[in-house]
Amino acid sequence: MTTVALKPATMAQALGRALRDAMAADPSVHVMGEDVGTLGGVFRVTDGLAKEFGDDRCTDTPLAEAGILGAAVGMAMYGLRPVVEMQFDAFAYPAFEQLISHVAKMRNRTRGAMPLPITIRVPYGGGIGGVEHHSDSSEAYYMATPGLHVVMPATVSDAYGLLREAIASDDPVVFLEPKRLYWSKDSWNPDEPPAVEPIGRAVVRRPGRSATLITYGPSVPVCLEAAEAARAEGWDLEVVDLRSLVPFDDETVAASVRRTGRAVVVHESGGFGGPGGEIAARVTERCFHHLEAPVLRVAGFDIPYPPPMLERHHLPGVDRILDAVGRLQWEAQS
Amino acid sequence: MTVMEQRGAYRPTPPPAWQPRTDPAPLLPDALPHRVLGTDAAAEADPDLLRRLHKELVRGRRYNVQATALTKQGRLAVYPSSTGQEACEVAAALVLEERDWLFPSYRDTLAAVARGLDPVQALTLLRGDWHTGYDPREHRVAPLSTPLATQLPHAVGLAHAARLKGDDVVALALVGDGGTSEGDFHEALNFAAVWQAPVVFLVQNNGFAISVPLAKQTAAPSLAHKAVGYGMPGRLVDGNDAVAVHQVLSEAIAHARAGGGPTLVEAVTYRIDAHTNADDATRYRVDAEVEAWRAHDPVALVERELTERGLLDEAALQAVRDDAEAMAADLRERMNQDPVLDPMDLFAHVYAHPTPQLLEQESLLRAELDAEADGTLGAGPHGPEGAGR
Repeated sequence: MTTVALKPATMAQALGRALRDAMAADPSVHVMGEDVGTLGGVFRVTDGLAKEFGDDRCTDTPLAEAGILGAAVGMAMYGLRPVVEMQFDAFAYPAFEQLISHVAKMRNRTRGAMPLPITIRVPYGGGIGGVEHHSDSSEAYYMATPGLHVVMPATVSDAYGLLREAIASDDPVVFLEPKRLYWSKDSWNPDEPPAVEPIGRAVVRRPGRSATLITYGPSVPVCLEAAEAARAEGWDLEVVDLRSLVPFDDETVAASVRRTGRAVVVHESGGFGGPGGEIAARVTERCFHHLEAPVLRVAGFDIPYPPPMLERHHLPGVDRILDAVGRLQWEAQS
Repeated sequence: MTVMEQRGAYRPTPPPAWQPRTDPAPLLPDALPHRVLGTDAAAEADPDLLRRLHKELVRGRRYNVQATALTKQGRLAVYPSSTGQEACEVAAALVLEERDWLFPSYRDTLAAVARGLDPVQALTLLRGDWHTGYDPREHRVAPLSTPLATQLPHAVGLAHAARLKGDDVVALALVGDGGTSEGDFHEALNFAAVWQAPVVFLVQNNGFAISVPLAKQTAAPSLAHKAVGYGMPGRLVDGNDAVAVHQVLSEAIAHARAGGGPTLVEAVTYRIDAHTNADDATRYRVDAEVEAWRAHDPVALVERELTERGLLDEAALQAVRDDAEAMAADLRERMNQDPVLDPMDLFAHVYAHPTPQLLEQESLLRAELDAEADGTLGAGPHGPEGAGR
């Protein structure tokens, strides 16, 4: 038995490694987007790919998101597996018509004759001090569109594993990369990446008995921190990392809530019309007789993403989560 | 004071190393649309090509008439007729090699049929039994695109991918005059030119985007002029002259195939029928205009040329008409049969592997169908919590 050398790696490095390994394993994988080539991406996720695989496999495109995604559709129609980068969440909006009218529907329109294996990488979410249009949480738009998978890693291992799975998927995947976790580190062996649960399975990041925090992406570390803090108040919180909004893992989520009897959904996108409403409804439908309290939501405010100097007031933090956990003592209140 | 006014005193540092990429002059279209039929050049048109174009034009016209009749019978939800534009449709189909790809818009059913698609399959979208009724790979015809100009970047991507794979394939993308105002038109042309992709864009300028005339659509001298800014040639052609359209497209495709990059072709034509059967064209155009275009009919233009050169006698003409009539009769008969649909198909093609959520919904529909079949619809209790336990 050999000892594996674990090295600290950032999420950005793991994503880059996933792209590299996918390109090496399958010549039909093409990376494209604005600045992904020579510069290596504004977050350096694609660093070195153009050098290793050439401009034809890692292509700097004109600055045009509809064109990038539209061209990717044609490339996928001809048998390639494009991985496109949208650079920043709000920059993806010009590509929405391509995404919704074509990418999400081509398999369906053609009765399965023409699947589109496209991965759309979207650096998303706030907490990095970005100016406006650089911090949107856009997952609700994507999850409301049938035909797309919507995936978001929260750990370095998942960043690698889920991206490999996304690229290998025969369906289009919107791959949301939490920007504020790009520089989060974990000990990780790139030569022997750990096994990763496939797309569509949620994972219990921290087992607990008294309530479940249901979360994903950038809010996972916040929830883990809140769970540690809650111990002082006698709460043993379970943290479920969804990892994928579409498909949604009802089984893992419902099993957890049936064990704990209480649930809070935590995400940084707005609450009204946001993913939390859907998740709370699904939990209620499946676990009504097990619930000791209503399913609560801790979300960003229903406001345009705030300027960087105010974003800490908008993003759900430990205190706001603990406050919601306190409100789960429903019987005592009513 | 503006920059122009201070020019005498202004000593700008020239921008470093900036120079125009090319001389725009060779990219500019001719002032008048290219024509062959009715000119001396027509004498050199290949008789076989003329006969083939004629046969397809007559079939195309008959197809348009038949499909329009089917909408009146309620057999089609809608049919955007291409009557008057058949020369563009037919030429677009005939200039392509088998390995090439066609990217049609919603009005281009005829081009798809002329390329070999089953006439009934090509109408699936418009009948409403599914969205795309054919496998795009079978005849290399992309799904008819309803959103405007969004199929153009697909054509660019496919042509680019084919070239990366070393395949000798050209993509021809069709778009209307209204579609040239969309952002995707711009992005597609820009990508195509930067990548030098083997793709040809054919704009069928039929005068109106539903009711909006070209003058309210663009201030450009012609739509073909738009090519220049992207660094690709623009060509202007008489869209009712099948030989001219065939010629211009052939040259553009040969240019693309040889590695010369994309071309934008504008075919000036006219939509004789309304936008669709739901449209009232008398609200935005006058009869005199329609009649003037009827006098420049694409079918008649080829027919006249063939007749004058003695290449089409009465018997041959009748044979062509009989062939078109047989196609129409077959189309009518098959379209008058109700399509057999399987409701479970609703879930079959959303994902490669259905999500758990879709599997649940599939079971719900199956139970509804079973209940419908044995007359117990609405009887059974369903509860998600019960189902999920």
